[in-house]
Amino acid sequence: MRAFEYSSPRTTEDAIRLLSAEGAVALAGGTDLLSLMKDGAAAPSRLVNLKAIPDLTGAHETDGGLHIGATTRLGPLGEHRVIRESFPAVAQAIAGVRSRQVLSMRTVGGDLLQRPRCWYFRAGFGLVPMHDGQSMAKTGDNRYHAIFGNAGDAVFVNPSSLAPPLIALGASATVLGPDGERTVAVEDLYRTPASSDESEFTLGAAEIVTGVTIPMRSSSNATYEIRNRKGFDWPLAAASVAVSDGGARVVLGHAAPTPWMSAAAAGALAGGISEASAEAAGDAAVADAAALSGNGYKIQLARVAVKRAALAAM
Amino acid sequence: MAEYVWPAAGDRLHIGKHISRLDGPVKATGRAKYAYDVNRRGMLWAIMVQCPHAHARITSIDTSAAEAMDGVVRVHVIQDVGTEIQWAHDEIVAVAATSEEVARDGAAAVKIEYEVLSHFVNERAVDEAPDAQPAQAETTGDPAAAMASAPTKSSGAYHVAQIAHCSLESHGQVAEWQDEETVTLWASTQAISGVASQLGEQIGIPASNVHVETQYMGGGFGSKFSVDRWGVVCAQLAKDTGRPVKLMLDRDQEVSVAGARPSTHAEVSTAADADGNVVAWDSKSWGSGGPAGANSPPLPYVFSFDNQTHMHTSVPTNTGPARAWRAPRHPQACLVTMRALEDLAHAAGMDPLDFFLKNIEKTGERASTYVEELEKGAELMGWRDRWRPRGSGTGTVRSGLGLALHTWGGRGHRSNCEVLAYRDGLVEARIGSQDLGTGTRTIIALVLAETFGVAVEQVKVTMGRSVLPASGASGGSTTVGGVSGATRRAALNAVDAVFERIAPRLGTEMANLELRNGQLHFKDGSMAAMPWRQAAALIGVNPVSATGANPGPGQLNDSGVGGIQMADVSVDMETGVVSINRMVAVQDCGLILDMKLAESQVYGSLIMGVTYALTEERVFDPHTGQMLNAEMEFYKLAGIEDVGEMIVHMMTGPGYDERGVIGLGEPPVIAPGAAIANAATNATGVPINEMPMTPERVLAAINGGMA
Repeated sequence: MRAFEYSSPRTTEDAIRLLSAEGAVALAGGTDLLSLMKDGAAAPSRLVNLKAIPDLTGAHETDGGLHIGATTRLGPLGEHRVIRESFPAVAQAIAGVRSRQVLSMRTVGGDLLQRPRCWYFRAGFGLVPMHDGQSMAKTGDNRYHAIFGNAGDAVFVNPSSLAPPLIALGASATVLGPDGERTVAVEDLYRTPASSDESEFTLGAAEIVTGVTIPMRSSSNATYEIRNRKGFDWPLAAASVAVSDGGARVVLGHAAPTPWMSAAAAGALAGGISEASAEAAGDAAVADAAALSGNGYKIQLARVAVKRAALAAM
Repeated sequence: MAEYVWPAAGDRLHIGKHISRLDGPVKATGRAKYAYDVNRRGMLWAIMVQCPHAHARITSIDTSAAEAMDGVVRVHVIQDVGTEIQWAHDEIVAVAATSEEVARDGAAAVKIEYEVLSHFVNERAVDEAPDAQPAQAETTGDPAAAMASAPTKSSGAYHVAQIAHCSLESHGQVAEWQDEETVTLWASTQAISGVASQLGEQIGIPASNVHVETQYMGGGFGSKFSVDRWGVVCAQLAKDTGRPVKLMLDRDQEVSVAGARPSTHAEVSTAADADGNVVAWDSKSWGSGGPAGANSPPLPYVFSFDNQTHMHTSVPTNTGPARAWRAPRHPQACLVTMRALEDLAHAAGMDPLDFFLKNIEKTGERASTYVEELEKGAELMGWRDRWRPRGSGTGTVRSGLGLALHTWGGRGHRSNCEVLAYRDGLVEARIGSQDLGTGTRTIIALVLAETFGVAVEQVKVTMGRSVLPASGASGGSTTVGGVSGATRRAALNAVDAVFERIAPRLGTEMANLELRNGQLHFKDGSMAAMPWRQAAALIGVNPVSATGANPGPGQLNDSGVGGIQMADVSVDMETGVVSINRMVAVQDCGLILDMKLAESQVYGSLIMGVTYALTEERVFDPHTGQMLNAEMEFYKLAGIEDVGEMIVHMMTGPGYDERGVIGLGEPPVIAPGAAIANAATNATGVPINEMPMTPERVLAAINGGMA
């Protein structure tokens, strides 16, 4: 294991300064980063712990909505009154994590920015693994890989539990870096890399997510996940639905290299949720899905996840 | 002279009762030390460099950078230049260093070059196999003619994926030399006596100079019989460096190289007459468990038909080699046979319970046991009220019932025991057996306490060391019969020896003495009974010692069990997710020594069975031949929420007890997959023919292969 520095700043300013060094990486709950380091898939020269920064933790209501600090743990967040009463889509996604150990450590920022679970990536072949000039995952075993946004060589899936519900609820993320603070829609944190040299996130050097804000808009919302095991297991398909006076949003997880927004499914729900519109939303969501060699079943699961998320939101 | 029998039903002090395992508290509190927990003064850590290719020849090895690193003490080449490697993750070089971290860095600094050769890892595509080895068909009667004239026919293709043992404690050991000729190995092994002999031979010292110690063991399931290459390397590194060395496999090595259960793929045709009697069986199977391919599963399983033929093809692959996995070949054979017969029952329009009962005589000598067990299982499952024909269900989530039969031997292995009785009343058994976590220690204590008529807490078991009286490897359900037989005989002999010693001191004959309920009784009533501790005081400073062995005089154990299991599952027709509602296991295993341990064995087996039925399989990358899920994130083991309700019923009493002790390690793990697959088939209305029954495979079956 590469020797690394460990620092634990008390302010975001110090954190940004410490993160500006080459090879520095932010450490939140560590549920992903530490396993990447143990697997040799990450070898940072410096870890900057964000959990000791008081400003970054906790959830509170503001004029703009419910603000959730980036190092707020998933477990306590799932118990938050506003989350339980107004944003069941978030509470259900948190419940889907299934592991008390992970729930007690994983943070909101860490969940949004966790690296893909692609087995080629985790084995050290890179995020866009290539073999003899071809996408290794595309030509290899891709049973857990993308059914959307997979025309290029990158076919991993975004694993975040919170991204689908937060995007469905129209949440924004606050990003802080050497050039100051900016606010982006949560969906804009993600991109599809063309090669293993590129990041799947849009964050710049030494930028961190300091929090997310969910607008206090009344909506019918829900998340539905489909897993092989009932216990701790990555979903094979996940979908979040939010329908409000302002319109509908449908976001799929574990379906594409980024959280996947389906405008077609949202359109099917624009007139309200019913058995028929939920069914139509499921069909619409997967109308342009494209199976790889071994993941056709995921199209069916994505369809069902969207339908059931809509019905759960009804 | 003692009579070598088990006590009659009315005379049993402990046998057959619910006795908790004696080492439960030390395990639950972490005080039990496993091989992995052993740390010795000045100990080095060893890490092995693995080959990344499934098939390759080593062309160069450069260890200089590793050797130059601070903290690296020794680099040992395991397989040298020129060696042809047959599977990915095979061990090439071992690095011993002052800490695990440095050893890991040292291993990463070793440079090995390979000539990469073509590999084959997908044995399901048997037509593409470069080296498939078909065997001669074995035929009885005239299956073709019987098939042609039969009114009811069925055929199907059934698939069981390759799985790993995935022991929670990985393979490995700590080695420490006492002098040039003597070494101690704290090993995670199922065979302390065997490992001592193997290591002595391979490292060139007498077997008696190898001391193997295994007090607690974190799972083996058949994969830990050998000293293994890493055991020899560990001892060699310890010898070369003059320091203790710990070498435990990493999780990826454990899952990819330290044990695999072969796959089985089979195409089966069956036929029945108008009454539902099976008249013909025809199967072709193939499978692989690595470079040696795979032996044929016993097909048809449990049943023998007048007209049957079976042909098997062994398919070598470039994958980590097979090891015995709990009831070798039986779970695969059970899935293929019970699914095929369930399909034939469906074709005949019969409830499979009636169908299996109709054909039960074809199971041979255990037929009447199966009938009793099927009736008991049906009662516990409510089968007669609840079973509906295949595909009767409606709605999104549909439930179904399935059943399967299994069989196993389980005769006690060779075992030796010495029993010592001390004047303070302590009675000790010394036995060179290991306890894999199944409760062997508790069984030995229980038999000893039973024989002396004292409480289980009043006896001591010294075991888990190869210097103790030799006992066989723990595999094939042979341990309980072996150690109980040896302990019972030794204990009976020890009781006699005690009587012989103390009778003169009591002024009576040994034949006049009897130990019962913690007291020494005088059969003729000439003296009042005295507490055992008081009697033991007459033994004197030299303890009484006696030995016993298995096999030996008297019928203390037997071989051959039946057993039936029934599954109640729900299947989500839209997602293909299979959920276990309830499993019923009805099992015979002769005389049950500890009912709680016996039931625990069955519970554990059901959990393991649910795992291989629903989630567990080895996945290989076609490009590299590496295992893609050699970790516990995607090598999926069932969690407690996946298991459902488990109902266990052990057959006991007349007809069972008098057979003596029979092993239970394998039998209950054989049938869960088959029972679950039959239940999923019954629920969905379409044949669910593949294990594991992942959503992907179940949806494919529901959608007619479209998914």
